[in-house]
Amino acid sequence: MNNKAITCKDLTKRFGDFFAVNHISFEVEQGEIFGFLGANGAGKTTAMRMLCGLSYPSSGEATVAGFNVFKQQEEIKKNIGYMSQKFSLYESLTVRENIRFYGGVYGLSDKQLKEKGDELIEKLGMQQEAKMMVGSLPLGWKQKLAFSVAIIHQPRIVFLDEPTGGVDPVTRRQFWDLIYDAAEQGITVFVTTHYMDEAEYCNRISIMVDGRIDALDTPANLRQQFGATSMNEVFYALARSAKRSAD
Amino acid sequence: MKQFMVFVRKEFYHVFRDRRTLLILFGLPIMQILLFGYALTTEIKNAEIIVVDHAGDAASQQLTTMITASKYFDINSSTASDQDIYKAFKQGKVKCAVVFPTGFGNDLLNGQVAQLQVIADASDPNTAKTLTNYITAIVADYQQQVNPTANIPMRIEPVTRMLYNPELNGSMNFVPGVMALVLMIICTTLTSVSIVREKEMGTMEILLVSPFKPVYVVLAKAVPYLALAMVDFVIILILSVLALEMPVRGNLVLLFFESTLFIISCLSLGLLISSVTRSQQTAMMVSMMGMMLPTILFTGFIFPLENMPLPLQLISNLLPSRWFYVIVKAVMLKGLGIGVVWKETLVLAGMTLVLLTISIKSFKTRLS
Repeated sequence: MNNKAITCKDLTKRFGDFFAVNHISFEVEQGEIFGFLGANGAGKTTAMRMLCGLSYPSSGEATVAGFNVFKQQEEIKKNIGYMSQKFSLYESLTVRENIRFYGGVYGLSDKQLKEKGDELIEKLGMQQEAKMMVGSLPLGWKQKLAFSVAIIHQPRIVFLDEPTGGVDPVTRRQFWDLIYDAAEQGITVFVTTHYMDEAEYCNRISIMVDGRIDALDTPANLRQQFGATSMNEVFYALARSAKRSAD
Repeated sequence: MKQFMVFVRKEFYHVFRDRRTLLILFGLPIMQILLFGYALTTEIKNAEIIVVDHAGDAASQQLTTMITASKYFDINSSTASDQDIYKAFKQGKVKCAVVFPTGFGNDLLNGQVAQLQVIADASDPNTAKTLTNYITAIVADYQQQVNPTANIPMRIEPVTRMLYNPELNGSMNFVPGVMALVLMIICTTLTSVSIVREKEMGTMEILLVSPFKPVYVVLAKAVPYLALAMVDFVIILILSVLALEMPVRGNLVLLFFESTLFIISCLSLGLLISSVTRSQQTAMMVSMMGMMLPTILFTGFIFPLENMPLPLQLISNLLPSRWFYVIVKAVMLKGLGIGVVWKETLVLAGMTLVLLTISIKSFKTRLS
């Protein structure tokens, strides 16, 4: 048991001859916002799925919330939240029903569900919409709601897989306010993104190229290291060396 | 347990808020039962017939009246000539014709062999055969009436009794088959589509990342549909008793037990379909088309299994519906108990167990 939220050592996922994730090692501190960047096909999602217990690593070691990804998947699941790039609430359920369902699945009591639900709806300013079907809400609202639902059980770590895809800049900004909020409550945030301005919001970021982690540091240090003025330049400098085609 | 109930409740929300699901759930069984019960039967009623009466005596007229009175025939014309017969057949107006030769009644009274000609349109052999059988039966009836103590030496008189279904009511054969068909389609379609929908929407991933065990996901999906399928079964049962006059002679509890077994096997099949398909449309196609045809072909309620070549008979044994059909017929129509259908029940239970195990296994392995 250690205090790191996530530790990885030589974590690898092979599909036949293909190394989707090739011996990656890194650590994430509790309460940190950790950006996990990389071009499409670089292996971000595969790495994240291994950490969430959705797939077994081929080799290497990793712990999430202090639990071993090979042996203690059940414990890991209790301590993490997850939001995928696909929108992941039920469209034919109302806002409140979604909250009740996901909270219920994580074993919250009726009283907790009520309190948490009220708190969440108030925080998002959705009092009017609480009884509306989620399918009828605008995308930005859905994403914010999905994030809030993903951390309703106060997990130690929340994994966000391209959470802001297709959302307008204003909503993205609001979304990041929610992320900061969560981090202040001590929740570790592990986030993948395509938007380089979002990378700047992270405490530290790693950039994956062809299944390996080619850079890992704070945004400021990375800019300095690559002599770049923005994360965009850093990313291009690294992505240019990629051999895999982005699909 | 509470998590489980939360999940089940969510599943019911889905069902009752989706018109397409509701239609499949409640529209389909009602439509199928009525369709198969009323529209699609092998029985022929009110077939158009021509009678050409060259005799014009009491006997021929009495026979004509009997033919008219039966529910099987409608007289198209009783005053036709020989030429009219072929014209009517060519135009497709009639299916059958009866010709009384001159002296028909005389021959009969004088103890000679009285002949009458029955002509049928054999371009549809089954109908032709059925109609001529009806006529023969009516003639035999008449003969019995006019001459009850016919003194023919060496006479064999077969006394036929149609057990369980004296009126040869076609729907008796169909309804148990339609029950199997409807339950099969509803269960496989609804489970496979509802699971594939979660995959498509991305909610499945969230569930798999949650502490809710995959096995429970499967069970929580199955329980609501099991309950709904039971409701369907009750609807079908009530409809067939009230509208189609089906008897329920056997033990109702046994009937429910057997259908629960069958429903679980169908749900497992749906689960299996969901783990090999990626889109709701494919899942729907596979469950509806893929299941409907084999069920119709190999259950035995339309095409008798006994007449099939051996390889096809062997294939039919792999279908749970084939066994369920035999059981339902035995329990509903013949009033038999578990003592008679235990073998079929055992086969069905075995299949259910195997299907359930495979489907849960495949659901789990898909994850890693």
